[in-house]
Amino acid sequence: MSRIGEAIGAPFAPVRTFFRRHRSLGIFVGVLLISIALPLITRVPPFDGIQSTNAWVNAFTTAAIYAMLAMGLNVVIGFAGLLDLGYAAFFALGGYTYAFVASPFTGVHLPFWPMLLAGGVVGAIFGVLLGAPTLRLRGDYLAIVTLGFGEIVPITLMNADKFTDGVNGIGGIDKPNIPGILQFTLTNPWPMYGLVIMLFALIMIMIYRLEDSRLGRTWDAIREDELAAESSGVNTVIAKLQAFAVGASIAGIVGVVNAAKITIVTPDQFRFAVSISALAAVVLGGMGNTIGVATGAFIIYLFQSILLKQLNTLVENFNIPVLNQIDFLEFQYVLYGIVLVLMMLKRPQGIFPAHRRMREFGPLKSAKRGSK
Amino acid sequence: MSAAKGKPMLKARGVTRKFGGLVAVSNVDFEIPRGSISAIIGPNGAGKTTFFNVIAGIYAPTSGTIELDGKPLISPPTGAGREPILLLVPTIPFIGLAIYFLIAIGGDTGLVEGVASVSVALLGFVCALLLNIVRPAWYNRVIKRIGVTRPARPNDMVEAGLARTFQNIRLYKSLTTLENILIGMHVHMRSTFLGALFKSRQVREEEAAAEQRARELLAFVDLSGMENELAKNLPYGKQRLLEIARALASRPKLLLLDEPAAGMNPKETEEMTALIRRIRDELGITILLIEHDMRVVMGISDHITVLDHGEKIAEGLPKAIRTNPKVIEAYLGRGAAAGH
Amino acid sequence: MVTSSATTGTAQRLAAGLRLPIGIVAFLALSLAVLGIDQFVNALTLGAIYALVALGYTMVYGIIELINFAHGDVFMVGSFIALFISSSLLGNDGSITDLPLLAGSVLILFALTIGIMALVGALIERLAYRPLRRAPKLAPLITAIGVSFILQNIIQFFFGPTIVSVPQLVPIEWSIQVAGARVPLLNLFVIATSVLLMFALQLFISRTRTGRAMRTTSMDRDASSLMGVDINRTIMITFLIGSGLAGAAGVVHGLYYGNTTFSLGFQSGLKAFTAAVLGGIGNTAGAALGGFLIAFVEVGASAFGYGRWGGAIVFSLLVIFLVFRPTGLLGSHTGDRA
Ligand SMILES: Nc1ncnc2c1ncn2[C@@H]1O[C@H](COP(=O)(O)OP(=O)(O)OP(=O)(O)O)[C@@H](O)[C@H]1O
Ligand SMILES: [Mg+2]
Repeated sequence: MSRIGEAIGAPFAPVRTFFRRHRSLGIFVGVLLISIALPLITRVPPFDGIQSTNAWVNAFTTAAIYAMLAMGLNVVIGFAGLLDLGYAAFFALGGYTYAFVASPFTGVHLPFWPMLLAGGVVGAIFGVLLGAPTLRLRGDYLAIVTLGFGEIVPITLMNADKFTDGVNGIGGIDKPNIPGILQFTLTNPWPMYGLVIMLFALIMIMIYRLEDSRLGRTWDAIREDELAAESSGVNTVIAKLQAFAVGASIAGIVGVVNAAKITIVTPDQFRFAVSISALAAVVLGGMGNTIGVATGAFIIYLFQSILLKQLNTLVENFNIPVLNQIDFLEFQYVLYGIVLVLMMLKRPQGIFPAHRRMREFGPLKSAKRGSK
Repeated sequence: MSAAKGKPMLKARGVTRKFGGLVAVSNVDFEIPRGSISAIIGPNGAGKTTFFNVIAGIYAPTSGTIELDGKPLISPPTGAGREPILLLVPTIPFIGLAIYFLIAIGGDTGLVEGVASVSVALLGFVCALLLNIVRPAWYNRVIKRIGVTRPARPNDMVEAGLARTFQNIRLYKSLTTLENILIGMHVHMRSTFLGALFKSRQVREEEAAAEQRARELLAFVDLSGMENELAKNLPYGKQRLLEIARALASRPKLLLLDEPAAGMNPKETEEMTALIRRIRDELGITILLIEHDMRVVMGISDHITVLDHGEKIAEGLPKAIRTNPKVIEAYLGRGAAAGH
Repeated sequence: MVTSSATTGTAQRLAAGLRLPIGIVAFLALSLAVLGIDQFVNALTLGAIYALVALGYTMVYGIIELINFAHGDVFMVGSFIALFISSSLLGNDGSITDLPLLAGSVLILFALTIGIMALVGALIERLAYRPLRRAPKLAPLITAIGVSFILQNIIQFFFGPTIVSVPQLVPIEWSIQVAGARVPLLNLFVIATSVLLMFALQLFISRTRTGRAMRTTSMDRDASSLMGVDINRTIMITFLIGSGLAGAAGVVHGLYYGNTTFSLGFQSGLKAFTAAVLGGIGNTAGAALGGFLIAFVEVGASAFGYGRWGGAIVFSLLVIFLVFRPTGLLGSHTGDRA
């Protein structure tokens, strides 16, 4: 239970005990501290030379969005042990939901805040829609069905152009505002940063609570031995459906935020690569460990959007002939693949293993005697 | 406990289960008297475990019915072809609503109206799907009218008061002993999704009480002090005990034990026998066990049923079974397969 | 067990056995009537390609219960290897009208591509899947996804993200007249090649020692290991064959369509997997059947102007089958043993 205490690095015993008892508060304070520290760090060399603070804050916002996606996917994969390969579809549905009700395309302009919830509901509905018929199936069939779903949603969004304006997507989406107090703009990244950080903390708190609840234990049981779980009285279909719906609704909510942040949704934003990148974050961070997964997402995002980009400029500056041709940003996709394969082969529990996963993948010290 | 003394705890009628061409259980009639310790014996591959799995709701029977405590719970599934109707019919009102909505706004299907009405229809479909999965009692009654019956699932059987262990121990290996038992308590916990999210007081109290009871159960099977041990790190004999404790956690009326003493040394076997007796005497739970160890079976059973090739070949008191020529033939006819 | 039921049992089995062939013939006749001969031949051709790819899915699933997500991409890589061999090594840039030269080129193309892809498939198995044979179920699935992604992006790196054209060695003008319609020889060639390969596979599985080892391993791995079957070798050979067939499909695809792209494997892979499920996963004859069915559905959809929705329709079919008939048309699958 001391994960949080350790993670925020509280060095003093009393502080740690306090946060162990009040975990939600601990998460909140921890996230807040980190979200203050990150922009500060970018003002010192070498980070200040890379891009402006505003650009950094914008990047952190995107990273946090990505991290929330990964945390949601982790509920499905890490907790319930269901391989969902079409996660981006729910993200897309959330985004398009908001685009529908808050853009010139339809002419409807509903306020942002209730739509945040609506995005979650839409995500959950589609999660149930996909999960209900398929969750009875074996796990690997589920993987392929979700893969297909993740493929179908962007195709549908692309082809149903009467409703979605096809490849162009829906632009000019309303930014959130707090009436009379604050209007979010494209030029000032700070309000969005604050919003995303708050949401991030909230989602993390919720996920931890679920993990420790009766439902969380149910997921553990299903992951370990589904038949035994059924025979312990667990309605496995419902429990899996709940995991699926929770994951999907988080993706839906995040989709709304993302749409409001970049003010445009296109089918192209929700391709298979997005699902895979979230999966890579989950696998890298350690399946089942919420904080680990969020960290994994940050690492991957910053690596690809800062380091690879820097590599591009670096090569350009030094004018190295062969390397000049290469767009290092393209390597991010190979990177996902390599992360998935290498981690599974060499460190399946992830870089920050969840306690339980460590037990699962660890050496089997079972004292089995021949039973029959 | 003695209120319904006369009625059997479990009643199986004409239970048959086939796997392809193989008849694993064949037309078995079977009753377990309330409060008894009954045993099923038979040579390897006789169909004992399969019979258990049918009772526990894991395999649907090919034919036959099973009643637990007077409630008919298991019978072969029927009307599977009509299942798609179950999804479509409840959706129709919603589709109707969507159409009405479209007409009401003058048939001018603009963008927003189109999307909205599709959403309404979709919502209806989701409700139908959910109903079909959650299946509350009234829903079951309704679908029975149109000829769709589905046998109870394992979790339904647990809810109805049945618990079991497995021949080849199936614990949650990477969870602790305590967590294993907490999962066993699942059916009696009421905390909801929202309750967990907001950590309501009721949820916290329930968790504390559950943990308390889990510790008591561990003490009952003599595993005190091992609360935080991982299940897979327990020695084999203790894993069997833990599996029994997990089964007890659901407060069953009937406990099924599949070879509880398999692979145990004489001392462990004796302790296991004593535990089984205590479960019946102290907790008042009816017990049905499968066992190859004749000393265990003859020692504690009130009533023995013998299966061979899926068929019931004998039943009665231990003494009578021991001398039944059919039983002797079934065992000796198989040569070395007989006793272990 | 009871003798009286034996005769009715045989009759029933016979009826059930006949139902399928009759169904297939009826389906084909109906398709021919609805689609017309041109589209009918197109569907058969497309089906042949799907069937070849589906075989790899079904064989691997049959033997190690892994959905080899990378298999579609093995097919895609095969098409690029074929492109490379054909244009760079053999120096082709169009059709060859000289018959002996054509036969020679095509033969070399097939032999090399099948060989290379078989090795690639076996290599993937050795490096990425074998170490995980005892790992939790999720691990090899995730690895397979990773491999798929790596393959796609390697190809994209070398050949770019656009559609690349492949020399169509068999001249498209060559054709024969059937019932008043012009049927290109190319289509017949594709269909014949695939059917030939599938027959060879069936023979291999049913007649050779290795083939029998594959069947017993897929039924019960531990038991056949006890019987002296070398499990690692058997699985390796399964991958060799499956990937080789995917390589052949890659060649055929290039010859038939005259182009390929790095994302080919993802789309066709999903369809071929659907084909495998439709036929009954683990069942090689079923995979072939499924491949043709899927192709007919897809060609039918485009014939009626719903070509853009072909993918969605196929996918819906996958879900419907998984939900209502997970054993497919031919396959049977035993459940989890308690
Ligand atoms: N899921 C299954 N699929 C196919 N056949 C099965 C299945 N489960 C059991 N069988 C077969 O049914 C028969 C009865 O098996 P069962 O496990 O019930 O025997 P048992 O009496 O429990 O034997 P043992 O004493 O060895 O445990 C066996 O021939 C077995 O192979
Ligand atoms: Mg048994």
